[in-house]
Amino acid sequence: MPRLDRRRFCSVLAGLSALPMLPARRAVAAENDLTPIIAKISAGRPVREGRVRVDTPSLADNGHSVPLKISVESPMTAAEHVVSISLLSDRNPRPLIATYHLGPRAGRATVSTRVRLNGTQRLHAVAKLSDGSFWSGGANVIVTESACLDDS
Amino acid sequence: MIARVQVPREAKRGEIIVIRIAIQHKMETGYRLDNFGKPIPKNVINELVCRYDGVEIFRAEMGSGVAANPFLEFFTVAEASGEIVFEWIDDAGERGAERASIKVHG
Repeated sequence: MPRLDRRRFCSVLAGLSALPMLPARRAVAAENDLTPIIAKISAGRPVREGRVRVDTPSLADNGHSVPLKISVESPMTAAEHVVSISLLSDRNPRPLIATYHLGPRAGRATVSTRVRLNGTQRLHAVAKLSDGSFWSGGANVIVTESACLDDS
Repeated sequence: MIARVQVPREAKRGEIIVIRIAIQHKMETGYRLDNFGKPIPKNVINELVCRYDGVEIFRAEMGSGVAANPFLEFFTVAEASGEIVFEWIDDAGERGAERASIKVHG
């Protein structure tokens, strides 16, 4: 057996500690396939990436109540405004969290609320504009204590 | 159901104002069990409507993914003095309402 010097010992240790990270990353993968839900929201029309921003803390230590803010770039005039915003979750048992209906009277296409999140995931928001186009955006949230799992 | 609404008392005409509402409600997900192991039925506020002088300015359809004691913040343009009325209903059919008045200058 070769002599285990300090350098080699350290590199083996580092290698071992990296091992559990591999399955951990796989566990973060989305559980819900949002494609059919988004297709239903947009009635089959293309949904483009952009104009929608989801702001959340990147690390939420309590999945039972995660604050979030959805904003859509829009002048919010009678001719050009946001009609609705749908909020979707990658991992919640019910993927559609909420739908908000707005109009030109809103003045600003921003909605804030608090949601439950079943674990680390990506949140998606899909906005319908008055011209019939659909835009989407999202945010990644790390949830340390997820909702839904405990019976409390 | 107890609710708290926050609307500015006064505003200038055309000003974009913040509206906030928080309602005391468990927003029962339907996934929890009671002490006897029986599932507690889902009961969430599924719809909330906000009207400004009778005109709908905001509507939310919510599910079990909304945190308990739902909180919402959104914007509206102060158009005229009047009443901002919120109405909501939960899965059990229980309704709630809350109102606030605003004075608009100019």
